[in-house]
Amino acid sequence: MDRDVAHALLRTMWRIRLFEERVAQLKRSLQVHGLIHLSIGGEGVAAAVCGQLRNDDAVYSGHRAHGHAIAKGTPMKRVMAELMGRADGLCRGIGGSMHLVDAEHGFMGATGVVGGNLPLALGTALTQHLNGTDQVTVVFFGDGAVQAGHFNESINLAALWKLPLIFVCENNGFAEFTSRAEHSTVERVSAVVAPYGFERDTVDGSDVPAVHAAFAQLLDQARGGTGPFLLECLTFRRRGHYEGDPEKYRDPEAEQEWLRRDPIARMTERAVEEDWIGSGAAETIEREAREEVEEAVRFARDSPFPDPEIAPTLVYAQ
Amino acid sequence: MTETTFVEAIASTLATAMREDSRVIVLGEDVAEGGPYLATAGLAEEFGRERVRNTPISEGAVCGVAIGAAQSGLRPVVEIMFIDFITLALDQLVNQAAKAHFMSGGQLSVPLVLRTQGGAGQRNGAQHSQSLEAWLTHVPGLKVVMPSNAADAAGLLKTAIADPNPVVFVECKALYFRRESVPDPPPPVPIGRAHTLRAGKDVTVIALSRMVGDALEAANRLASDHGIEAEVIDPRTLVPLDLDALAQSVKRTGRAVIAHEAVNAGGFGAELAAQLQAAAFDYLEAPIQRVGAPYTPVPVSPPLEDAYRPGPREIEAAVRVALEWGEYDAEPWEHGAIAGERL
Repeated sequence: MDRDVAHALLRTMWRIRLFEERVAQLKRSLQVHGLIHLSIGGEGVAAAVCGQLRNDDAVYSGHRAHGHAIAKGTPMKRVMAELMGRADGLCRGIGGSMHLVDAEHGFMGATGVVGGNLPLALGTALTQHLNGTDQVTVVFFGDGAVQAGHFNESINLAALWKLPLIFVCENNGFAEFTSRAEHSTVERVSAVVAPYGFERDTVDGSDVPAVHAAFAQLLDQARGGTGPFLLECLTFRRRGHYEGDPEKYRDPEAEQEWLRRDPIARMTERAVEEDWIGSGAAETIEREAREEVEEAVRFARDSPFPDPEIAPTLVYAQ
Repeated sequence: MTETTFVEAIASTLATAMREDSRVIVLGEDVAEGGPYLATAGLAEEFGRERVRNTPISEGAVCGVAIGAAQSGLRPVVEIMFIDFITLALDQLVNQAAKAHFMSGGQLSVPLVLRTQGGAGQRNGAQHSQSLEAWLTHVPGLKVVMPSNAADAAGLLKTAIADPNPVVFVECKALYFRRESVPDPPPPVPIGRAHTLRAGKDVTVIALSRMVGDALEAANRLASDHGIEAEVIDPRTLVPLDLDALAQSVKRTGRAVIAHEAVNAGGFGAELAAQLQAAAFDYLEAPIQRVGAPYTPVPVSPPLEDAYRPGPREIEAAVRVALEWGEYDAEPWEHGAIAGERL
């Protein structure tokens, strides 16, 4: 792996990890608002996928979206301000954690409705197709969305219309509080889409170089105007479904599993082994990310709450 | 003026919009075949099947595709064949389309038109005959349009396609095939402006969609038989609502009748009555009367469906109640009384 790429992947993962750990703290002290879903354990997928996209490619995400936005290029401080409901937030504090949008960076939106983003991503991919560009659309969703009606409708339509769309499933084995085995008899999401005949792959989501390589191969084809594709990444959800989830369903063995599946630990070990990063580089990346997170918190705290008068002006576009 | 029909006016307005703006696309079930009512007839032949896209029977995803395309730069016109099936697309319409501009702090806009049609009268039964427009008016972020004639349909559709917001365009199948005169080309009609079709001093009849024609028929009979002069107003768009025009008329006449085909309970007439009484309470001489369908699903059997559908006769009866209020102990008019008599 290219040293710059490895460095960038580690940097993005640390930025997401430390951002979200800080968000968890701020949630406990009620400084960020609403339902908060963290992606700790899945940072490698966000980093490896979004890191290969251009600014003018589109990304859609679900309710666990902070990492995808940050990896796509959204300034962390504006995500933090949004979570705190401040005027300088990405969406002026109106959207919140589950509804991040950063059109300038091609982050076309998170949604709080599981699977609700899938048809929207098709619409953007259809626009790219009709405009004849080499842009692509990526839509992130979890294995829980696969049982929703929109998923099946969307997979069928995307295949039928051959859209330049890459479905990226983060299969963490849990739909909210419940294991996949209780929701479906089909274990692998790549098997669900098999009859539609498009290329699909399942990779270990904590093996970041593997995610990177698998996505690169699909992206290359999508740029050429073919599609759709599905990349299923098996990830580990380190936190509960949301912050505050009592996690009664959590297997006590999970702590041991985490040690094997932490994508940052694995990537760092590998990067040092392969000499992708120099000695001390990992510590520098972590320190810089920590500084950026603290700066984001200061930025957000300094930002005022939005003027209540703004809400009625945003219901309709003029 | 040209002789045309409501559906022909729709098809021809879509064709004009597609000629003038390459961002306009049409998608929905069977649209490339013209659809069951021919509202998209000829479009696939002229513009090809890339821009006129047949879709599977997947209302939710198809509506979502249109939303995603709209917020990415296209101007999609999506057709839901019967308003009854909008139930399958409501998640996308209510949770995504209506809120995208708001939740993104103004970054996204959704210039989408969702065409659909409703109404009873064709013995299609309870799942192909409903009037569900009131649900849509309850969701901030959607605009809701309900044209009552071919010229307004053409003019409002033109405006709806140019609007930067999601517009639900509710047609009425019972109006589709009447011959009508329409200006050529039909002028655009602004969204949010009511139209007074008949002036009158005694009572204001506010009618939606198909009931506009029925209100005119009732008004003519009231004038010739009883010397009652009813003012007939068509709001044309429910959201935004031209409350000023309606309230001004009611202040002049002191009496109001609201007529729609939807079930009265929770219907848009309830909202209209609430807004009108707040705007014109001191001018009202009688309680605002509502004409609508009874609280049952739509039956198939012809005499039952005929009794179910409100028409000119029900409007006339409601006007008489509004006018005679206070002269004697008038009972509030109820649909069932006449329905029972007719059966």
